[in-house]
Amino acid sequence: MSPTEPELADDSALLTVRGLRKAFGSHEVLKSVDVDVRRGEVVALIGPSGSGKTTVLRCLNGLEIPDAGIVDFLGQLAVDFSAPVSKKQLAALRDRSAMVFQHYNLFPHKTVLENITEGPVQVQKRPKTEAIAQARELLARVGLAEKEKSYPFELSGGQQQRVGIVRALALRPQLLLFDEPTSALDPELVGDVLTVIKELADEGWTMVVVTHELAFARQVADEVIFMDGGVVVERGHPDTVLRAPREERTRQFVDRLLNPF
Amino acid sequence: MTINWDLVWSSLGPILMGAVTGTIPLALASFGLGLLLALLVALMRLSRNPVFSAVARMFVSVIRGTPLLVQLFVIFYGLPSVGVTIDPWPSAIIAFSLNVGGYAAEVIRAAILSVPKGQWEAGHTIGMSRRQTLGRIILPQAARVSVPPLSNTFISLVKDTSLASLILVTELFRQAQQVAAFSQEFMVLYLEAAVIYWIICLVLAGGQSALEKRLDRYVAH
Repeated sequence: MSPTEPELADDSALLTVRGLRKAFGSHEVLKSVDVDVRRGEVVALIGPSGSGKTTVLRCLNGLEIPDAGIVDFLGQLAVDFSAPVSKKQLAALRDRSAMVFQHYNLFPHKTVLENITEGPVQVQKRPKTEAIAQARELLARVGLAEKEKSYPFELSGGQQQRVGIVRALALRPQLLLFDEPTSALDPELVGDVLTVIKELADEGWTMVVVTHELAFARQVADEVIFMDGGVVVERGHPDTVLRAPREERTRQFVDRLLNPF
Repeated sequence: MTINWDLVWSSLGPILMGAVTGTIPLALASFGLGLLLALLVALMRLSRNPVFSAVARMFVSVIRGTPLLVQLFVIFYGLPSVGVTIDPWPSAIIAFSLNVGGYAAEVIRAAILSVPKGQWEAGHTIGMSRRQTLGRIILPQAARVSVPPLSNTFISLVKDTSLASLILVTELFRQAQQVAAFSQEFMVLYLEAAVIYWIICLVLAGGQSALEKRLDRYVAH
């Protein structure tokens, strides 16, 4: 399955975020963050832990409510968080994107197939037969056709994460959000999951990926955003940000990841 | 002490009748209503509305802080003095339901809280409302966790229904008491009653195991 809405020009801005702010108590996690994502683009968010990168992602999906800032999709849905946001607005925002979690967060009491069809059938009210057919097709694509009747606990971490990705795809979102999708995986399972994500990028899916996998970011991302202390320190083409950063903080961070000891 | 077996056999009929027409329906009805009440109270306690959660906290405190026998007597013997007269059966069902409601509310609340936050988030991210996430994602998982403690509550309840004999409900223990008073064979009749309670509880414990096994099918062993 490839992304929907082919009538739009490829370089149009899909997501525009302006002045995103978020504090937990007195701790300012985000201090005015701007993000732009064009259709079909892959944006990698990198930075040390506590830099706010995951919070940005969660704000895009309404899992955190920002204190201020505007999140807009295609100029059609400008949600301004400076004022109270209605449930309806939040739901509309959430519908645009789908999240893949670090710890997969599959529903343990549902089979693989049920995990995937839950959203399409229960929320989007699509016909069950169509949702099941779509789920099977997607499962086959990530090499898990045989696992549709399994429960999550019967799968490896890498398999669970691929189901997590399929669950997000089945919602047919405009934007895929990945929150450190390989951080909880054993090293030998990371490759399978990254391969799936790369294939999705090649197909033209628009995505924002929070990651520590710099090699992946360099290969797949169109733009890398380096965050630290709740602000965007540097952004640009991966070759620039990861190989020849302008900012000292970026250089230190990249060095530490490439040469841990 | 010699056991009067003839009396044991002849009393078995009325005592079992008391179990079938008294103890068991009383326990089932009170547990069913009590669980509904408990779910409501648990959700009120977890709600962000401070009034709801305060009311729920108060209810649990009163129910757990006062003896069941006193609650039963207040409803059956106390309320008539303020003009509310309730028959023995409904009185018993009200008292036992309230009691189960108070205890099971805490079990259900804890079970809901035991489901990882990521499950709420996963529900939201596929577009579910709070209510949908609660009903389809959280409660089924909470149910599994709460089977052992709720079984405890149910088994306690079955035995507690013997208190209804004190407000004239014809159930297992009241039948045993009547035969005992008539025959003056207290030891035999009360032990007989005890054995029948025990057998009912053994059956329930078996049901608990079967239910746990069924709900455990999606958990790693």
